[in-house]
Amino acid sequence: MPRALSRGVVVLLAALLALFIIGPLLWLAMRAFAASWTYPDLLPDAWTFRWWSVVFSDRALGVAVQNSLFFAPITVLVSAVICLPAAYAFARFEFPGRRFFLIGVFAANSFPKMGLFVSLAALFYALNLMNTILGILVVHVLGTVVFMTWIPAAAFAAVPRSLEEAARDAGASKLRTFFSVTLPMALPGILVAAIMSFLSSFDEAQGTYLVGAPDYMTMPTQMYSLVLNYPTQVAAVFSILLAIPSVALLLAAHKHIVGGHLAEGFQIK
Amino acid sequence: MTTSDSGGLEIEGLHKVLGGRSIIHSLDMTVRPGELVSLLGPSGCGKTTTLRMIAGFLTPDAGSIKVGGREVVHLGPEHRPSAMVFQNYALWPHMTVAKNVAFPLKLRKRPKAEIAERVDAALELVNLLHHKDSRPARISGGEQQRTALARALVQEPELLLLDEPLSNLDAKLRVKVREDIREIQQRLGITTVIVTHDQEEAMSVSDRIAVMNNGRIEQFSTPADLYGTPATEFVATFIGSLNRLEGAIKDGRVVPGPGVVGIRPEDVVFGTETHPRGLAATVERVVPRGHFAELHLRREDAVLRAYVTGVPPAVGASGCARIEKWLEFEDGQLVGQGTAE
Ligand SMILES: Nc1ncnc2c1ncn2[C@@H]1O[C@H](COP(=O)(O)OP(=O)(O)O)[C@@H](O)[C@H]1O
Ligand SMILES: [Mg+2]
Repeated sequence: MPRALSRGVVVLLAALLALFIIGPLLWLAMRAFAASWTYPDLLPDAWTFRWWSVVFSDRALGVAVQNSLFFAPITVLVSAVICLPAAYAFARFEFPGRRFFLIGVFAANSFPKMGLFVSLAALFYALNLMNTILGILVVHVLGTVVFMTWIPAAAFAAVPRSLEEAARDAGASKLRTFFSVTLPMALPGILVAAIMSFLSSFDEAQGTYLVGAPDYMTMPTQMYSLVLNYPTQVAAVFSILLAIPSVALLLAAHKHIVGGHLAEGFQIK
Repeated sequence: MTTSDSGGLEIEGLHKVLGGRSIIHSLDMTVRPGELVSLLGPSGCGKTTTLRMIAGFLTPDAGSIKVGGREVVHLGPEHRPSAMVFQNYALWPHMTVAKNVAFPLKLRKRPKAEIAERVDAALELVNLLHHKDSRPARISGGEQQRTALARALVQEPELLLLDEPLSNLDAKLRVKVREDIREIQQRLGITTVIVTHDQEEAMSVSDRIAVMNNGRIEQFSTPADLYGTPATEFVATFIGSLNRLEGAIKDGRVVPGPGVVGIRPEDVVFGTETHPRGLAATVERVVPRGHFAELHLRREDAVLRAYVTGVPPAVGASGCARIEKWLEFEDGQLVGQGTAE
């Protein structure tokens, strides 16, 4: 009997957990298709695609989607070009100030963002970066530095030196060794960093609003005006759209991160 | 795989300082073409450091390294005619066994057909053709080791370097793999340097052994010579087993003296009947060692270890122990050898 009881408790807990995770999403999904839905009704009174057509036909919203899809990949690219060499240096070379930089990158991310952005805005006015694509890119890239430095640095550091030496011994130059051995082995870590950077750029609202609004609106900054100017159902549609890249990216990367040769690499030391 | 016309290795006046400490001091060594030489010594004596200088991963502070008569000391590892098998095998986990072996040839921009052919030949040589398409993590330690060997051999190097090649294998496999390595080395006639701390391993595969201690070569000779005529007390104790006693041997007994005598356990003979050159002895311990037993014998002058085959005597049995041969050392150097007339 106690067995059945504990089983029941487990099932109940699992159900609660599922409700806790899925409940809000379900509510959001229902809301996106609800004609109107007022308290205390348990279900909406009618279903409709209207809010979706509102979103897709609103030019401003379309532009926001486009802007987001423009800034996120470019941010990842720029961040990778700047940060990956630094990550490699952190992992492989001992140089003065190494620890300072590494901690600094981390510390810069732990201050309240708004304070950073306000002082950044002052600088941007001086440099004529306000309301420019470049300015927004700078803000977005800044937000990704910690991912693009720390995670790849750990990934590079985890590549055993003897594997690089074996490549040199086999006849590979330093550059060839990097591209044939070090980079492929660190790739799962870099992929994780790229995804986190993409999502960070995709979700960045405060800095983008400060630097870009109203000329350059992205999906999260557009959310602000949506919540104020439209019925809540439109915001629900928009948040679902906003969640799509995260889910899609995580699903796509899942296989590489969990089952890829990262795990194999650890097995043979 | 063709028989390589291997070059020899000549090392002269090698010096290396690491972490402010002199690790290798004035090391000289010549390995003849086609010879298999072991660098043997206790952990920390500088074997790996020496091997890494030969391979090109470390630059010596002074000295010259010639492979096949050509100075290589200024060359990076990718330009040296040597190939190395790493202690942990260092296989690339993101490539299959065949891709691992093919990589050195790809770097040399060999035609595709030739690469395929040579990879197959190398894998055939180490008996791994059936694992061609496996990832390194999916094969056993012994197979990983053979993959690493194939990756080195496929380059047809003038010089093959192996760092503790057997240390990550279990005891049973070790004997087989070392025989395989020796057999392949002989077949290809490839000049080979093996680093090991295991004297039995070194004795069983090497043409000659360089016994290292504290960054120096104590003695460089054939296994039989090292065992029979060790140049120093260190070599005598490191290779094989030794009764080490302070003093000298006079009329078959240990007497006080300024030097040290070393007696191999097999040169101590124990019997029940008395012998003119022997002394009364009691068996204190019997250690079975498989096909022989090690006895600890107490005589009035010393405790001696002896090896006996057949049925060993019981603990507490008394008899007569005599010394047939011994080595005499002074200040750690061999100064003489004695044999009972
Ligand atoms: N990079 C280094 N910095 C300082 N000391 C080192 C370094 N590498 C090796 N050593 C020292 O050099 C000595 C010889 O090392 P090694 O050649 O690895 O010995 P072995 O292979 O014979 O065990 C050891 O005492 C080791 O601590
Ligand atoms: Mg070593």
